[in-house]
Amino acid sequence: MCLAVPVRIVAIEGDEAETEIGGVRRRASIALTPEVRVGDYVLLHTGYAIGVVDEVEAKETLKLLQEIASVSEVH
Amino acid sequence: MKFIEEYRNSELARKLAHRIAKHTTRQIRLMEFCGGHTHAIMRYGIRQLVPKIVEMRSGPGCPVCVTAIGDLDKAIALAHLPGIIITFGDMMRVPGSYSSLQQAKAEGADIRIVYSTLDAIETAKANPKKSVIFIGIGFETTAPTIAASIIKAKKEGVENFYVLSLLKLTPPVMRALLESGEVKLDGVIGPGHVCVITGSHPYEFIPEDYGVGYVISGFEPLDILLSIDKLVEQIESGKPKVEIAYRRGVKPEGNRKALELIDEVFEIDGADWRGIGNVPQSGLKINKEYQHFDADNAFSISLKPAKEPKGCCCGDILRGVALPFDCKLFGKVCTPEKPVGPCMVSSEGTCAAYYQYGASYE
Ligand code: SF4
Repeated sequence: MCLAVPVRIVAIEGDEAETEIGGVRRRASIALTPEVRVGDYVLLHTGYAIGVVDEVEAKETLKLLQEIASVSEVH
Repeated sequence: MKFIEEYRNSELARKLAHRIAKHTTRQIRLMEFCGGHTHAIMRYGIRQLVPKIVEMRSGPGCPVCVTAIGDLDKAIALAHLPGIIITFGDMMRVPGSYSSLQQAKAEGADIRIVYSTLDAIETAKANPKKSVIFIGIGFETTAPTIAASIIKAKKEGVENFYVLSLLKLTPPVMRALLESGEVKLDGVIGPGHVCVITGSHPYEFIPEDYGVGYVISGFEPLDILLSIDKLVEQIESGKPKVEIAYRRGVKPEGNRKALELIDEVFEIDGADWRGIGNVPQSGLKINKEYQHFDADNAFSISLKPAKEPKGCCCGDILRGVALPFDCKLFGKVCTPEKPVGPCMVSSEGTCAAYYQYGASYE
Protein backbone atom coordinates (compact mmCIF):
# COMPACT_ATOMS: atom_id res chain seq x y z
CA MET A 1 0.00 0.00 0.00
CA CYS A 2 2.71 2.42 0.97
CA LEU A 3 4.73 1.37 -2.04
CA ALA A 4 6.43 4.25 -3.83
CA VAL A 5 8.97 4.02 -6.64
CA PRO A 6 11.52 6.59 -7.84
CA VAL A 7 10.60 7.87 -11.31
CA ARG A 8 12.08 10.66 -13.42
CA ILE A 9 10.02 13.69 -14.42
CA VAL A 10 10.23 14.16 -18.19
CA ALA A 11 7.60 16.86 -18.73
CA ILE A 12 5.35 19.07 -16.62
CA GLU A 13 1.98 20.50 -17.54
CA GLY A 14 0.06 22.34 -14.82
CA ASP A 15 -0.18 20.03 -11.81
CA GLU A 16 0.45 16.93 -13.88
CA ALA A 17 3.71 15.42 -15.06
CA GLU A 18 4.91 12.76 -17.45
CA THR A 19 7.22 10.35 -15.62
CA GLU A 20 9.53 7.58 -16.75
CA ILE A 21 11.14 4.55 -15.15
CA GLY A 22 12.97 1.79 -17.03
CA GLY A 23 11.34 2.90 -20.28
CA VAL A 24 7.81 2.87 -18.83
CA ARG A 25 6.00 6.20 -19.01
CA ARG A 26 3.20 7.20 -16.71
CA ARG A 27 1.23 10.34 -15.92
CA ALA A 28 1.37 11.55 -12.36
CA SER A 29 -0.11 14.33 -10.29
CA ILE A 30 2.41 16.75 -8.79
CA ALA A 31 -0.22 18.43 -6.59
CA LEU A 32 1.79 17.31 -3.52
CA THR A 33 5.19 18.34 -4.91
CA PRO A 34 4.65 21.60 -6.78
CA GLU A 35 8.37 22.38 -6.50
CA VAL A 36 9.54 19.61 -8.89
CA ARG A 37 11.45 20.36 -12.08
CA VAL A 38 11.98 18.33 -15.24
CA GLY A 39 14.86 15.90 -14.61
CA ASP A 40 14.08 15.48 -10.89
CA TYR A 41 13.29 12.07 -9.49
CA VAL A 42 10.13 11.76 -7.41
CA LEU A 43 8.61 8.97 -5.32
CA LEU A 44 5.46 7.89 -7.12
CA HIS A 45 2.64 6.50 -4.97
CA THR A 46 -0.86 5.72 -6.33
CA GLY A 47 -0.49 8.19 -9.17
CA TYR A 48 0.91 11.03 -7.05
CA ALA A 49 4.46 12.26 -6.62
CA ILE A 50 4.66 12.30 -2.81
CA GLY A 51 8.23 13.54 -2.45
CA VAL A 52 11.29 14.61 -4.41
CA VAL A 53 14.34 12.32 -4.22
CA ASP A 54 17.35 14.18 -2.83
CA GLU A 55 20.30 13.21 -5.05
CA VAL A 56 22.93 14.64 -2.70
CA GLU A 57 21.58 12.64 0.25
CA ALA A 58 21.33 9.54 -1.94
CA LYS A 59 25.07 9.79 -2.70
CA GLU A 60 25.88 10.46 0.97
CA THR A 61 24.05 7.31 2.05
CA LEU A 62 25.92 5.21 -0.54
CA LYS A 63 29.21 6.67 0.69
CA LEU A 64 28.26 5.89 4.29
CA LEU A 65 27.35 2.32 3.32
CA GLN A 66 30.72 1.83 1.59
CA GLU A 67 32.54 3.26 4.58
CA ILE A 68 30.92 1.19 7.29
CA ALA A 69 31.14 -1.95 5.18
CA SER A 70 34.87 -1.49 4.60
CA VAL A 71 35.51 -0.74 8.30
CA SER A 72 33.73 -3.95 9.26
CA GLU A 73 36.00 -5.92 6.92
CA VAL A 74 39.29 -4.66 8.30
CA HIS A 75 38.60 -5.59 11.94
CA MET B 1 17.19 1.67 -12.30
CA LYS B 2 18.48 4.71 -10.51
CA PHE B 3 17.99 4.89 -6.72
CA ILE B 4 17.08 1.20 -6.68
CA GLU B 5 19.89 -1.03 -7.98
CA GLU B 6 22.70 0.64 -6.08
CA TYR B 7 20.91 -0.21 -2.83
CA ARG B 8 20.74 -3.92 -3.73
CA ASN B 9 24.47 -4.68 -3.82
CA SER B 10 24.78 -8.15 -2.27
CA GLU B 11 28.49 -7.80 -1.47
CA LEU B 12 27.79 -4.70 0.63
CA ALA B 13 24.77 -6.42 2.18
CA ARG B 14 26.93 -9.31 3.39
CA LYS B 15 29.47 -6.92 4.86
CA LEU B 16 26.77 -4.97 6.66
CA ALA B 17 25.24 -8.16 8.05
CA HIS B 18 28.68 -9.18 9.26
CA ARG B 19 29.09 -5.84 11.00
CA ILE B 20 25.66 -6.18 12.63
CA ALA B 21 26.60 -9.66 13.91
CA LYS B 22 29.85 -8.35 15.34
CA HIS B 23 28.25 -5.44 17.18
CA THR B 24 25.24 -7.20 18.68
CA THR B 25 26.12 -8.49 22.13
CA ARG B 26 22.73 -9.64 23.39
CA GLN B 27 19.37 -10.97 22.18
CA ILE B 28 17.32 -8.08 20.78
CA ARG B 29 13.88 -7.75 19.22
CA LEU B 30 13.13 -5.25 16.46
CA MET B 31 9.79 -4.49 14.86
CA GLU B 32 9.43 -3.46 11.26
CA PHE B 33 6.27 -1.36 11.36
CA CYS B 34 5.58 -1.51 7.65
CA GLY B 35 4.31 -4.48 5.65
CA GLY B 36 6.42 -3.27 2.73
CA HIS B 37 9.48 -3.84 4.91
CA THR B 38 8.22 -7.29 5.93
CA HIS B 39 8.06 -8.27 2.27
CA ALA B 40 11.50 -6.84 1.47
CA ILE B 41 12.98 -8.62 4.51
CA MET B 42 11.55 -11.95 3.36
CA ARG B 43 12.29 -11.40 -0.32
CA TYR B 44 15.97 -10.59 0.21
CA GLY B 45 16.46 -13.13 2.99
CA ILE B 46 17.40 -10.47 5.55
CA ARG B 47 16.09 -12.60 8.42
CA GLN B 48 18.63 -15.25 7.47
CA LEU B 49 21.38 -12.73 6.81
CA VAL B 50 21.32 -11.06 10.23
CA PRO B 51 22.43 -13.06 13.29
CA LYS B 52 19.82 -15.11 15.15
CA ILE B 53 20.07 -12.90 18.21
CA VAL B 54 18.41 -10.13 16.17
CA GLU B 55 14.76 -11.12 16.19
CA MET B 56 12.41 -9.43 13.72
CA ARG B 57 8.71 -8.95 14.38
CA SER B 58 6.17 -7.52 11.94
CA GLY B 59 3.93 -4.66 12.97
CA PRO B 60 0.56 -3.19 12.03
CA GLY B 61 1.76 -1.39 8.89
CA CYS B 62 -0.59 -2.98 6.37
CA PRO B 63 -3.67 -0.83 5.68
CA VAL B 64 -5.68 -3.72 4.22
CA CYS B 65 -4.87 -5.93 7.23
CA VAL B 66 -5.71 -3.36 9.91
CA THR B 67 -9.05 -2.43 8.34
CA ALA B 68 -11.56 -3.48 11.00
CA ILE B 69 -13.87 -6.22 9.84
CA GLY B 70 -16.88 -4.00 10.66
CA ASP B 71 -15.54 -1.33 8.30
CA LEU B 72 -15.04 -3.94 5.60
CA ASP B 73 -18.64 -5.09 6.14
CA LYS B 74 -19.67 -1.48 5.61
CA ALA B 75 -17.79 -1.29 2.31
CA ILE B 76 -19.47 -4.52 1.19
CA ALA B 77 -22.90 -3.17 2.18
CA LEU B 78 -22.21 0.03 0.21
CA ALA B 79 -21.35 -2.13 -2.79
CA HIS B 80 -24.86 -3.56 -2.72
CA LEU B 81 -26.40 -0.09 -3.16
CA PRO B 82 -26.91 1.08 -6.74
CA GLY B 83 -23.82 2.89 -7.99
CA ILE B 84 -20.16 2.11 -8.40
CA ILE B 85 -17.61 1.11 -5.77
CA ILE B 86 -13.96 1.86 -6.39
CA THR B 87 -11.19 0.22 -4.44
CA PHE B 88 -7.50 -0.66 -4.39
CA GLY B 89 -7.08 -4.28 -5.56
CA ASP B 90 -6.07 -6.02 -2.35
CA MET B 91 -9.36 -5.20 -0.63
CA MET B 92 -11.36 -7.38 -3.04
CA ARG B 93 -10.45 -10.76 -1.61
CA VAL B 94 -10.46 -10.00 2.11
CA PRO B 95 -13.24 -11.99 3.76
CA GLY B 96 -15.72 -9.83 5.67
CA SER B 97 -18.05 -11.26 8.32
CA TYR B 98 -20.50 -12.67 5.79
CA SER B 99 -19.17 -11.88 2.31
CA SER B 100 -16.36 -10.10 0.47
CA LEU B 101 -16.19 -7.38 -2.16
CA GLN B 102 -15.29 -10.10 -4.65
CA GLN B 103 -18.41 -12.04 -3.76
CA ALA B 104 -20.53 -8.88 -3.97
CA LYS B 105 -19.11 -8.34 -7.46
CA ALA B 106 -19.99 -11.91 -8.44
CA GLU B 107 -23.51 -11.15 -7.22
CA GLY B 108 -23.73 -8.22 -9.60
CA ALA B 109 -22.32 -5.20 -7.74
CA ASP B 110 -20.34 -2.79 -9.91
CA ILE B 111 -16.93 -2.80 -8.21
CA ARG B 112 -13.86 -1.49 -9.97
CA ILE B 113 -10.20 -1.68 -9.04
CA VAL B 114 -8.00 1.36 -9.55
CA TYR B 115 -4.35 2.20 -9.14
CA SER B 116 -5.01 5.83 -8.17
CA THR B 117 -7.79 7.98 -6.72
CA LEU B 118 -7.44 10.08 -9.86
CA ASP B 119 -8.94 7.15 -11.78
CA ALA B 120 -11.85 7.13 -9.32
CA ILE B 121 -12.62 10.77 -10.18
CA GLU B 122 -12.47 9.98 -13.88
CA THR B 123 -14.99 7.17 -13.31
CA ALA B 124 -17.26 9.60 -11.46
CA LYS B 125 -17.05 12.09 -14.32
CA ALA B 126 -17.81 9.39 -16.88
CA ASN B 127 -20.87 8.23 -14.90
CA PRO B 128 -22.54 11.46 -13.76
CA LYS B 129 -25.85 9.76 -12.93
CA LYS B 130 -24.31 7.19 -10.61
CA SER B 131 -22.82 7.64 -7.18
CA VAL B 132 -19.18 6.58 -7.15
CA ILE B 133 -17.78 5.59 -3.75
CA PHE B 134 -14.07 5.22 -3.19
CA ILE B 135 -13.00 2.94 -0.33
CA GLY B 136 -10.25 5.10 1.18
CA ILE B 137 -7.78 2.91 3.03
CA GLY B 138 -4.20 3.84 3.84
CA PHE B 139 -1.84 5.64 6.19
CA GLU B 140 -0.25 9.09 5.99
CA THR B 141 1.37 8.09 2.68
CA THR B 142 -1.99 7.76 0.97
CA ALA B 143 -4.02 10.32 2.96
CA PRO B 144 -2.75 13.40 1.05
CA THR B 145 -3.48 11.75 -2.30
CA ILE B 146 -7.07 11.16 -1.21
CA ALA B 147 -7.27 14.70 0.18
CA ALA B 148 -6.02 16.05 -3.15
CA SER B 149 -8.63 14.03 -5.03
CA ILE B 150 -11.46 15.33 -2.82
CA ILE B 151 -10.26 18.91 -3.32
CA LYS B 152 -10.11 18.26 -7.07
CA ALA B 153 -13.65 16.82 -7.04
CA LYS B 154 -14.90 19.94 -5.23
CA LYS B 155 -13.08 22.30 -7.56
CA GLU B 156 -14.37 20.55 -10.67
CA GLY B 157 -17.88 20.12 -9.30
CA VAL B 158 -17.82 16.31 -9.40
CA GLU B 159 -20.77 15.92 -7.05
CA ASN B 160 -21.29 12.17 -7.41
CA PHE B 161 -17.87 11.31 -5.94
CA TYR B 162 -17.72 10.00 -2.35
CA VAL B 163 -15.00 8.63 -0.10
CA LEU B 164 -15.42 6.16 2.74
CA SER B 165 -12.46 7.31 4.80
CA LEU B 166 -10.79 4.46 6.66
CA LEU B 167 -7.49 6.36 6.73
CA LYS B 168 -5.28 5.76 9.75
CA LEU B 169 -2.41 7.51 11.49
CA THR B 170 0.77 5.71 12.55
CA PRO B 171 2.07 7.55 15.67
CA PRO B 172 -1.05 6.86 17.81
CA VAL B 173 -1.03 3.13 17.02
CA MET B 174 2.69 2.96 17.76
CA ARG B 175 1.93 4.52 21.14
CA ALA B 176 -0.92 2.07 21.75
CA LEU B 177 1.38 -0.90 21.05
CA LEU B 178 4.18 0.39 23.28
CA GLU B 179 1.75 1.42 26.01
CA SER B 180 0.20 -2.08 26.15
CA GLY B 181 3.64 -3.57 26.80
CA GLU B 182 2.44 -6.83 25.25
CA VAL B 183 5.56 -7.24 23.21
CA LYS B 184 8.89 -5.97 24.46
CA LEU B 185 10.76 -4.14 21.71
CA ASP B 186 14.33 -2.87 21.58
CA GLY B 187 13.90 -0.87 18.39
CA VAL B 188 11.52 -0.02 15.58
CA ILE B 189 12.21 0.22 11.85
CA GLY B 190 10.07 3.19 10.84
CA PRO B 191 7.95 3.26 7.65
CA GLY B 192 9.91 5.30 5.11
CA HIS B 193 7.08 6.34 2.83
CA VAL B 194 4.77 7.32 5.68
CA CYS B 195 7.63 9.52 6.93
CA VAL B 196 8.12 11.15 3.50
CA ILE B 197 4.85 12.85 4.44
CA THR B 198 5.02 13.11 8.25
CA GLY B 199 8.75 13.73 8.67
CA SER B 200 10.54 12.36 11.74
CA HIS B 201 9.26 14.72 14.46
CA PRO B 202 5.95 12.97 15.30
CA TYR B 203 7.91 9.90 16.49
CA GLU B 204 10.14 11.63 19.07
CA PHE B 205 7.90 10.31 21.85
CA ILE B 206 9.04 6.73 21.13
CA PRO B 207 12.58 7.11 22.53
CA GLU B 208 11.51 9.83 24.99
CA ASP B 209 8.58 8.02 26.65
CA TYR B 210 9.45 4.37 26.02
CA GLY B 211 13.24 4.29 25.63
CA VAL B 212 12.93 2.58 22.25
CA GLY B 213 14.93 3.62 19.18
CA TYR B 214 13.18 4.48 15.91
CA VAL B 215 15.08 4.41 12.63
CA ILE B 216 13.22 5.44 9.49
CA SER B 217 14.12 3.15 6.62
CA GLY B 218 13.93 2.90 2.86
CA PHE B 219 12.78 -0.30 1.18
CA GLU B 220 15.85 -1.70 -0.54
CA PRO B 221 17.89 -4.37 1.26
CA LEU B 222 20.82 -2.04 2.01
CA ASP B 223 18.40 0.55 3.42
CA ILE B 224 16.97 -2.02 5.81
CA LEU B 225 20.37 -3.37 6.85
CA LEU B 226 21.62 0.16 7.45
CA SER B 227 18.59 0.78 9.68
CA ILE B 228 19.21 -2.41 11.66
CA ASP B 229 22.86 -1.39 12.02
CA LYS B 230 21.85 2.01 13.40
CA LEU B 231 19.37 0.42 15.82
CA VAL B 232 22.04 -2.00 17.07
CA GLU B 233 24.39 0.93 17.58
CA GLN B 234 21.69 2.77 19.60
CA ILE B 235 20.89 -0.32 21.67
CA GLU B 236 24.53 -1.10 22.42
CA SER B 237 25.27 2.49 23.43
CA GLY B 238 22.05 2.76 25.46
CA LYS B 239 21.04 5.91 23.56
CA PRO B 240 17.73 5.37 21.78
CA LYS B 241 16.69 8.14 19.38
CA VAL B 242 14.84 8.95 16.16
CA GLU B 243 17.12 8.67 13.13
CA ILE B 244 16.52 8.86 9.40
CA ALA B 245 18.34 6.16 7.43
CA TYR B 246 16.37 7.10 4.30
CA ARG B 247 17.60 10.63 3.80
CA ARG B 248 17.11 10.64 0.03
CA GLY B 249 13.35 10.47 0.67
CA VAL B 250 12.64 11.75 4.18
CA LYS B 251 13.13 15.25 5.59
CA PRO B 252 12.69 15.85 9.35
CA GLU B 253 9.81 18.23 8.61
CA GLY B 254 8.12 15.92 6.08
CA ASN B 255 6.17 17.16 3.07
CA ARG B 256 4.54 20.45 4.17
CA LYS B 257 2.26 20.74 1.16
CA ALA B 258 0.91 17.21 1.68
CA LEU B 259 0.34 17.86 5.40
CA GLU B 260 -1.54 21.06 4.53
CA LEU B 261 -3.88 19.17 2.20
CA ILE B 262 -4.58 16.53 4.88
CA ASP B 263 -5.46 19.37 7.29
CA GLU B 264 -7.65 21.05 4.72
CA VAL B 265 -9.93 18.03 4.18
CA PHE B 266 -9.78 15.87 7.30
CA GLU B 267 -10.17 16.03 11.06
CA ILE B 268 -8.69 13.62 13.55
CA ASP B 269 -10.98 11.04 15.11
CA GLY B 270 -10.77 7.63 16.79
CA ALA B 271 -10.43 4.63 14.48
CA ASP B 272 -10.99 0.88 14.76
CA TRP B 273 -7.97 -1.30 13.99
CA ARG B 274 -8.23 -5.04 13.43
CA GLY B 275 -6.66 -6.89 16.33
CA ILE B 276 -5.99 -3.70 18.25
CA GLY B 277 -9.42 -2.16 18.75
CA ASN B 278 -10.36 1.49 18.86
CA VAL B 279 -7.32 3.75 19.07
CA PRO B 280 -8.12 7.36 20.02
CA GLN B 281 -6.94 10.07 17.61
CA SER B 282 -5.71 7.50 15.09
CA GLY B 283 -8.11 8.06 12.20
CA LEU B 284 -8.88 10.72 9.61
CA LYS B 285 -12.50 11.68 9.06
CA ILE B 286 -13.71 14.07 6.35
CA ASN B 287 -14.40 17.48 7.97
CA LYS B 288 -17.55 19.65 7.81
CA GLU B 289 -16.39 21.70 4.89
CA TYR B 290 -16.00 18.65 2.65
CA GLN B 291 -18.88 16.71 4.22
CA HIS B 292 -20.63 16.39 0.87
CA PHE B 293 -17.98 13.90 -0.24
CA ASP B 294 -18.19 11.79 2.93
CA ALA B 295 -19.77 8.40 2.13
CA ASP B 296 -20.49 7.93 5.83
CA ASN B 297 -22.60 11.06 5.74
CA ALA B 298 -24.25 10.49 2.35
CA PHE B 299 -25.42 6.88 2.70
CA SER B 300 -27.05 5.14 5.59
CA ILE B 301 -26.77 1.41 5.87
CA SER B 302 -27.58 -1.06 8.58
CA LEU B 303 -25.13 -3.77 9.46
CA LYS B 304 -25.33 -7.12 11.16
CA PRO B 305 -22.85 -7.50 14.04
CA ALA B 306 -19.35 -8.24 12.76
CA LYS B 307 -17.68 -11.56 13.39
CA GLU B 308 -13.99 -12.37 13.04
CA PRO B 309 -12.85 -15.44 11.05
CA LYS B 310 -12.47 -18.44 13.39
CA GLY B 311 -8.92 -19.48 14.20
CA CYS B 312 -7.26 -16.52 12.44
CA CYS B 313 -4.44 -14.93 14.48
CA CYS B 314 -4.01 -11.96 12.16
CA GLY B 315 -4.76 -9.56 15.02
CA ASP B 316 -1.97 -11.01 17.18
CA ILE B 317 0.42 -10.87 14.23
CA LEU B 318 -0.43 -7.19 13.63
CA ARG B 319 0.44 -6.43 17.28
CA GLY B 320 3.77 -8.24 16.92
CA VAL B 321 2.69 -10.84 19.50
CA ALA B 322 2.57 -13.82 17.13
CA LEU B 323 4.21 -15.05 13.93
CA PRO B 324 2.31 -16.73 11.09
CA PHE B 325 3.68 -20.13 12.24
CA ASP B 326 1.72 -19.67 15.46
CA CYS B 327 -1.51 -19.85 13.46
CA LYS B 328 -2.82 -23.40 13.06
CA LEU B 329 -4.43 -22.48 9.73
CA PHE B 330 -1.25 -21.06 8.15
CA GLY B 331 -0.42 -22.76 4.84
CA LYS B 332 -2.95 -25.53 5.48
CA VAL B 333 -6.46 -24.12 5.57
CA CYS B 334 -5.31 -20.56 4.84
CA THR B 335 -3.34 -19.94 1.63
CA PRO B 336 -3.16 -17.03 -0.83
CA GLU B 337 -5.64 -18.90 -3.06
CA LYS B 338 -8.10 -19.41 -0.19
CA PRO B 339 -7.28 -16.75 2.41
CA VAL B 340 -9.03 -16.84 5.78
CA GLY B 341 -7.71 -13.51 7.05
CA PRO B 342 -6.40 -10.29 5.48
CA CYS B 343 -2.77 -11.01 6.45
CA MET B 344 -2.80 -13.74 3.80
CA VAL B 345 -4.46 -11.57 1.12
CA SER B 346 -2.61 -8.31 1.07
CA SER B 347 0.59 -7.86 -0.88
CA GLU B 348 1.90 -6.42 2.41
CA GLY B 349 0.40 -9.01 4.74
CA THR B 350 2.81 -10.89 7.00
CA CYS B 351 1.23 -14.30 6.35
CA ALA B 352 1.37 -13.71 2.59
CA ALA B 353 5.07 -12.79 2.83
CA TYR B 354 5.95 -15.83 4.96
CA TYR B 355 4.00 -18.10 2.63
CA GLN B 356 5.32 -16.63 -0.60
CA TYR B 357 8.98 -16.78 0.40
CA GLY B 358 8.68 -20.14 2.12
CA ALA B 359 9.81 -19.00 5.53
CA SER B 360 10.74 -21.62 8.06
CA TYR B 361 10.79 -21.27 11.84
CA GLU B 362 14.55 -20.91 11.82
S1 SF4 C 1 -2.49 -17.72 8.22
FE1 SF4 C 1 -4.52 -16.98 7.58
S2 SF4 C 1 -5.85 -17.52 9.25
FE2 SF4 C 1 -3.77 -17.63 10.04
S3 SF4 C 1 -3.36 -15.58 10.88
FE3 SF4 C 1 -2.66 -15.55 8.78
S4 SF4 C 1 -4.41 -14.73 7.64
FE4 SF4 C 1 -5.21 -15.42 9.62
